[in-house]
Amino acid sequence: MADPFEVQLVATDREVWTGQATLVSFETHDGEVGVMPGHSPMLAMLKDGPILIRQPEGGDLHAAVHTGFAVVDAGKVIILAESAELADEINVKQAEDLLAEAQASDEGPGKIAAIARAESRLKVVKR
Amino acid sequence: MGAQQRIFRQRIRDTQSTKKITRAMELIASSRIVKAQAAVKATEPYALALREALTLAASNAKVTHPLVNEVENPQRAAIVLITADRGLAGAYSSNAIKEAERLAKRLRDRGLTPVNYIVGRKGVSFYKFRERPIETSWVGFSDNPKYDDAKKIAARLLHDFVELPEGERVDEIHIVYTHFVNRVVQEARVIRVVPLEVVDEVVDTSSGEGIHGGENKGGKPVWPLYDFEPDAETTLDALLPRLIEHLMHVALLESAASEHAARQRAMKSATDNAEDLIKRYTRQANQARQAEITQEISEIVGGADALSSAN
Repeated sequence: MADPFEVQLVATDREVWTGQATLVSFETHDGEVGVMPGHSPMLAMLKDGPILIRQPEGGDLHAAVHTGFAVVDAGKVIILAESAELADEINVKQAEDLLAEAQASDEGPGKIAAIARAESRLKVVKR
Repeated sequence: MGAQQRIFRQRIRDTQSTKKITRAMELIASSRIVKAQAAVKATEPYALALREALTLAASNAKVTHPLVNEVENPQRAAIVLITADRGLAGAYSSNAIKEAERLAKRLRDRGLTPVNYIVGRKGVSFYKFRERPIETSWVGFSDNPKYDDAKKIAARLLHDFVELPEGERVDEIHIVYTHFVNRVVQEARVIRVVPLEVVDEVVDTSSGEGIHGGENKGGKPVWPLYDFEPDAETTLDALLPRLIEHLMHVALLESAASEHAARQRAMKSATDNAEDLIKRYTRQANQARQAEITQEISEIVGGADALSSAN
């Protein structure tokens, strides 16, 4: 197997996670993309939803990203997002409350985004 | 105790309680500076990543986004002025306001109408008192701004920039914020965020203006072989508003750090002044006490004299 590559997951206000990985998968508007070592360079817009980072020593990391982009380079993947949370940072109760709150909120452009955000967060935890 | 003395004692007590308050505010502000500075620093990885993505997209796409194009005959320019919500921060807000005034004058000289967007209660009350028009204002987060706040502001600005009909829309966007140089020095600065001249240069201007603390590590060679998902233009169009939000976010965070630093210094000198006052009042109280004693002695001596001469 090819060498693992570096992954950097950054949100607007902090660096969420960095480390080595052998697979990163995320959803774009055209479908799911899996990046393995030696992937061709790419810049992608991400859909709100879960991403997966497979670490070389085994063990998968799940994270929820919102309004994200992925830059795939030789030997490096950068995922930048407006907000990004690792699965173990997410409080299920809080996420459920936020979903309920989003569903109860006034109709508007913000509502759908808020629901999508809350749902993707829950999806990540329930994996 | 004589009346004079009582007055001074009361003043000392008043000053002491004021001093306690200003000392507490000083300590709070100084602990918040550290946090605010860390928050500014924490945006750096994102800044680098965003810049890399932008450079990539821009070098592979025809740049047609309105945010990048210079308007031919600009008429209205937005000034986003960032001030504090609370006072007691020395000249912090008024320095930013002065900078905004200078900017407004420069814009008027160029034949543009300045449009005011104000962050922070201090700025709002300054403009309200002088009955100057305020387009919109945002208050309540000046000491601890979040990305969502920056996003809210950016969304409104983008709306006014892109969607309004000509004559009503703004053709340029400037931010007046306070740059945090260090704990002692903060300076009000202006950055022009829109139009972004050429996207490649945006990257440079934004770091050259010092908003990112002057680092410029974006000099990575750009590969022409990138795949874009969905395509370079769409990606670029999605990235540009993120850049505006990011610049707004950093400006808010820098300003918050500066606000805390200014407040810390203002409260430190208030505390020092209180100490001086207490010292002075103590001396005056002592003097009053001495005078009282002297007077009592001379009364006693005078009384004794009178008695002995009567005998």
